[in-house]
Amino acid sequence: MSPIGQSVEALVSWLENFGFIFTAVQKLIESVVGGLQWLLLLLPHFALIALVVVLTWRLAGSGVAVFVAAGLGLIVYMNLWLETIQTLALVLTAGFFALLIGIPLGIWAAKNDTVDKLIRPVLDFMQTMPSFVYLIPAVTFFSLGPVPGVVATVVFAMPPAVRLTNLGIRQVPTEVIEAAESFGSTPNQLLFKVQLPLALPTIMAGVNQSIMMSLSMVVIAAMIGAGGLGGEVLRGITQLEVGKGFEAGLAVVIIAIFLDRITQALVPVRGRHN
Amino acid sequence: MDEIVVRNLYKIFGPKPASVFPLLEKGLGKEQILAQTGHTVAINNASFTVRKGEIFVVMGLSGSGKSTLIRCLNRLVEPTRGEILIEGNDITKMGPAELREVRRKKLAMVFQRFGLFPHRTVLANVEYGLEIQGIDASTRRKKALEALELVGLKGWESSYPDALSGGMQQRVGLARALATGPELLLMDEAFSALDPLIRKQMQDELLRLQSRVKKTIVFITHDLDEALKIGDRIAIMKDGVIVQIDTPEGILQQPRNGYVAAFTQDVDRTKILTASSVMRNPDALVTSKDGPRVAIRKMQELGLSSVFVVGKERELRGLVTINACLQAVQEGKTQLEEILTTDFPTTSPDTPLRDLLPVAAQTKVPIAVVDERGTLLGIVVRASVLAGIMGQEVKGP
Repeated sequence: MSPIGQSVEALVSWLENFGFIFTAVQKLIESVVGGLQWLLLLLPHFALIALVVVLTWRLAGSGVAVFVAAGLGLIVYMNLWLETIQTLALVLTAGFFALLIGIPLGIWAAKNDTVDKLIRPVLDFMQTMPSFVYLIPAVTFFSLGPVPGVVATVVFAMPPAVRLTNLGIRQVPTEVIEAAESFGSTPNQLLFKVQLPLALPTIMAGVNQSIMMSLSMVVIAAMIGAGGLGGEVLRGITQLEVGKGFEAGLAVVIIAIFLDRITQALVPVRGRHN
Repeated sequence: MDEIVVRNLYKIFGPKPASVFPLLEKGLGKEQILAQTGHTVAINNASFTVRKGEIFVVMGLSGSGKSTLIRCLNRLVEPTRGEILIEGNDITKMGPAELREVRRKKLAMVFQRFGLFPHRTVLANVEYGLEIQGIDASTRRKKALEALELVGLKGWESSYPDALSGGMQQRVGLARALATGPELLLMDEAFSALDPLIRKQMQDELLRLQSRVKKTIVFITHDLDEALKIGDRIAIMKDGVIVQIDTPEGILQQPRNGYVAAFTQDVDRTKILTASSVMRNPDALVTSKDGPRVAIRKMQELGLSSVFVVGKERELRGLVTINACLQAVQEGKTQLEEILTTDFPTTSPDTPLRDLLPVAAQTKVPIAVVDERGTLLGIVVRASVLAGIMGQEVKGP
């Protein structure tokens, strides 16, 4: 191993001194994933599907709702409901944390050029690294299971949220910002009354991308025991059960389309909110 | 009373503004300093006062520093050095909270590209300044509606800005600025993005409004006509320096240097306007196949004493007078060709008015504007030359 790899190992072993932080993070993520999974399994599958279909109908229209009904029905038929719920819980948890960190970071980068300059290469690095490389340090700190999967996913899925929040805010026309300032807006009024509302469509595009990347990563995270549909796909590969792998893959595709359409439908159309 | 006093104001863009002052003292110009240090001197030692209730116009070409200057007045741009007293208080020395208070209560700005909030309705745009001050919804709604009525936009409250024309959008911008009841209006090229006709209309409206609300207005423009029309006093800027401050009359009559003179020269409309810009369609034309009786009827209908005769392709053949036609009828002539006269002035469409003036003064018949193929493009009558010089619209028939 070259000195580069050695110094990374040294860094990782030094970080292990802060075990208490990792334990806290571990507990937090475990309880969020567990809680979410419990909540999603509270209702019998047909009731949850009905609820989701109604919600989709309201948000994204009848076409998507019909697709969701058929898709989720197919998942139940393929006997993959539990795995799907596990995957959904992982995706939503990871997506939630990725946005929780990514959006404020994007706002910060939009307001401060130095932060922007510092963050940019880090984001490039995060996005160009092959995704399963994140699994290695995640395993080092959090061993196996859903928690390291979520942690690796958060890291992987965060960049679009940061980038597009930053971009969206920076794209607000200068004169509009000047107008808001010339009337004596405080920095917070400027942010919440002008910059964020105008950046919202772009930010929502970032949310969509983050969620989609979360899903792809959660499937890969099955390699470190995150479970869910990814686990089924992995089993299909390792045990050469082509049919089983295909069914799990199909379920992933259904969930992907479902999440994509829902997050796209959340993009505000101007006028509807006033 | 002086509403704004600006003393020795400098704005220098670049990493080390302070390093530029020694060079300015040595008398180096904007170009040299940019080449030597990479710093841009946007405002160079500007001093002026704006009196209460006047429209103070700052005029200059792009890059003259006028937009930077107006932004220093409310510190959208931080001045590098100098004093700016707004009602006696130096705005350059204020902390953020104090500055916000001045921006909220004392001054408001109108922008070239309107700067409206596209996600808010017209009413919500106008309410913005009051909303951020924490004023209750019913009061701010009332004030916003008053401001909208003042600019003639009653009934458009719930529209979004992008559903409005440019002129209407700028009315919203104006209403938004008036709604907070400021003493001072900063108008940055407020009408420059509008079509010429709408622009004139907005200028008139601003003057009408000003006679009612009596604000102190700092108005930025690159258009001398606009400056002369609306300014009580005009400051002319070049390369960050205020070259002259005077009344419109003073600027025209005693330009301080060649730069100002070059500007005001353009105001000599007789040099700019050409025959084509003041010509109009002739009230009547007869064709060469028509007889004298047709020509007489047309002239009688319109009360004219002469009429131009054109061929099939509208090529100019000549002119007939009412007397010649009447005589022709008596003598039994039926062809206009026989009584045509070519004793009238003609001109090309791009002849400047200056050259047309002496001709217009002499002739009793209209001047015919013809192109190089002899086609009649229009006519110029004495009244339209005068109207053109006065800068008024030339009315067609």
